[in-house]
Amino acid sequence: MTATNASPSNALAKGGRPSDQLTEQQLLKMLYDMMLIRRFEEKTMQAYQQAKIGGFCHIYIGQEAVAVGSISALKDEDPIVGAYRDHGFALARGMHPNYCMAEMYGKITGCAKGKGGSMHMFDRERHMYGGHAIVGGQCPLGAGLGFAIQYEEKDNVALCYLGDGALNQGAFFESMNLAAIWNLPVIFVLENNNYSMGTHISRGTAMANDLSAKAEAFGIRYAECDGLDVLAVYDCFASQVAMTRNAKNPQWKRGGWDQIAYSREGANPGPAFVNVRTYRFQGHSMSDPQKYRSKEEVGEYKHRDPINLLVNHLIESGKATQQQCDELDNKAKDISKDAITHAENAPELPVEEMFTDVYANPFGPYIKGGLPNIITNENNGE
Amino acid sequence: MATTTGRTLQFREALREAMQEEMRIDQRIFLMGEEVGEYNGAYKVSQGMLDEFGPRRIVDSPISETGFAGLGVGAAMYGLKPIIEFMSWSFCLVAADQIINNAPKMLYMSGGQFGCPIVFRGNNGAGGQLGSTHSWSVESLFSSVPGLKLAVPSTPRDAKGLLKAGIRDADPFFSLESERMLGMGLHGDKDYSRYLHGNKWAPPENDADFVIPLGQADIKKQGTDCTIITAGRPVHFALEAAEALEQEGIDIEVVDVRTYRPLDIETIAGSVRKTGYAVVVDQSWPFASVGAEVAAQVYEHCFDALDNHVLRVHNDDIPAPYNRNREQDMLPNARKIIEAVRAVTYNA
Repeated sequence: MTATNASPSNALAKGGRPSDQLTEQQLLKMLYDMMLIRRFEEKTMQAYQQAKIGGFCHIYIGQEAVAVGSISALKDEDPIVGAYRDHGFALARGMHPNYCMAEMYGKITGCAKGKGGSMHMFDRERHMYGGHAIVGGQCPLGAGLGFAIQYEEKDNVALCYLGDGALNQGAFFESMNLAAIWNLPVIFVLENNNYSMGTHISRGTAMANDLSAKAEAFGIRYAECDGLDVLAVYDCFASQVAMTRNAKNPQWKRGGWDQIAYSREGANPGPAFVNVRTYRFQGHSMSDPQKYRSKEEVGEYKHRDPINLLVNHLIESGKATQQQCDELDNKAKDISKDAITHAENAPELPVEEMFTDVYANPFGPYIKGGLPNIITNENNGE
Repeated sequence: MATTTGRTLQFREALREAMQEEMRIDQRIFLMGEEVGEYNGAYKVSQGMLDEFGPRRIVDSPISETGFAGLGVGAAMYGLKPIIEFMSWSFCLVAADQIINNAPKMLYMSGGQFGCPIVFRGNNGAGGQLGSTHSWSVESLFSSVPGLKLAVPSTPRDAKGLLKAGIRDADPFFSLESERMLGMGLHGDKDYSRYLHGNKWAPPENDADFVIPLGQADIKKQGTDCTIITAGRPVHFALEAAEALEQEGIDIEVVDVRTYRPLDIETIAGSVRKTGYAVVVDQSWPFASVGAEVAAQVYEHCFDALDNHVLRVHNDDIPAPYNRNREQDMLPNARKIIEAVRAVTYNA
């Protein structure tokens, strides 16, 4: 899934953008991943409207460039964890769409056997530590992934995604503080689509006009990028991830007051807070009538559709033809249709599985569970 | 009177032994909490552990329970084995989302992909004049959550054996200890009931393989006339009551459940079938409590063996008062247990 073999730091050293180093093949992969998310989500919405999918269902359309751009800048083993608008992350991380759709259908072939649903996409093999449904509740988990990487002295970086609603949760602040004092290799990625459900960020978040204040309070490095432009997202993360990855100064080697240099300029080399300015083209969830924003506002953002932006760039720069792009889109449509077919035909979560996976070491009425198909099927859904 | 003395061992030392022994054999285990390191433990449970294991594995956290409890969950998902110490379980309430949403449901929500082998431990229960907010007993709050395991040990032997089992277990394990009991054992066997003398108090010496499997109740005192079912500090209240009732010719049996989840109802029911009478003693509040659950299960399993209905002794249904004497009054103390046993056995 990693879209680059080029070292971002080398690219920066030459003064160019990291994305300049991306090959045509890598660029087309990024385009395809965004198209797949778009077409998959269109199918998700249809299935939800047909009551095939239940519960809360949050659509990723409009935000594709955030997941694809940032994950493309990671190593395969870099763990990610995020919130409940998580289908796009699962697909960008390489989860086969069949497992993702089957999960929403509550089927046994789903990534979590139909026990999690739309808001809980997990993929251990692809280092996706889940979508999490309590706003901000995943932030301490992200700090924990960073802590574990540091503890084991691995060369990885954890990405912890959160929406702008989570900015107002205590869990976010506590996690930022722990990341700062222990120099954890974690990047908190703000997926800033301006709305926590129906509340505009300006109504719910202090300093919404300058979110660098959130990072500055902890001496954490701050960056921001245009979340509708996948190459801008990639550029931002290529450099931020490299900085965090190279910051080797674990908590147990850090000394006292004089040895820890926090800086208002954001010199802290370890954790980072990245504000990715994006926009969701659909409602908060499938049950959102969107009375809180105007059609004009949505329309303005749709003029900068992240998929069209990349298509235009590729064609204008001669890196791809319209026909190539159309072929990828058709493939995305077909794969998404196949995911629906798979989910429709897969067996329900059987009654016998209700009492598995409650305990890894079960007792009484509980039963030891097997691994889901996503792990046991080598071909990942084929 | 039996005076066989086992090891002179404080409760806090048994907890420390458990963590030290497991940390020596498993590099994935780390201890994190407020004042666990340089301060040597707010209650000296982790005394000396920073010296032995260093700051990588004994980690002083800021006062930030949501942050460090959740950090532990994330680290456990990644493959580490965190021991998260709450200075008091009363302080865990601000971290509720992490400890009862994230930790125990992760395995299920991920379809078996991500387990959460984590230990949360700390002081539980009232009795130190700390006022209401610091006097929580959380067993009734948390025992109803599927996915976690929960122990309330009453002796150093059990505390060590259960904690070691919990550390080795693949599931989230909650160890509810008692500040009022941490120093018990300092003065040898004068510190605790004669019924616990001998090998019931201390764990065996130099036995790193000593563990107590979760889900096995223990009969702390054999008796014939009435069964008392309890756990944690109230075990000592029950044994105090047993001494007094002995003078009246009533011979009670004290069943220490040790773990509320899993609950060993077989041992409990076996005792009730023998005595025909049951008093459930529980240091949390009566409504929808672990005591109420145990009583209900006693009815389900051995209704025909009961010669009276089950009586329950709990904290009084009030916030813990600060006043020293009134606080002692509100606990499920020996006086209340004695009255309940007399009543249930028609000796009132």
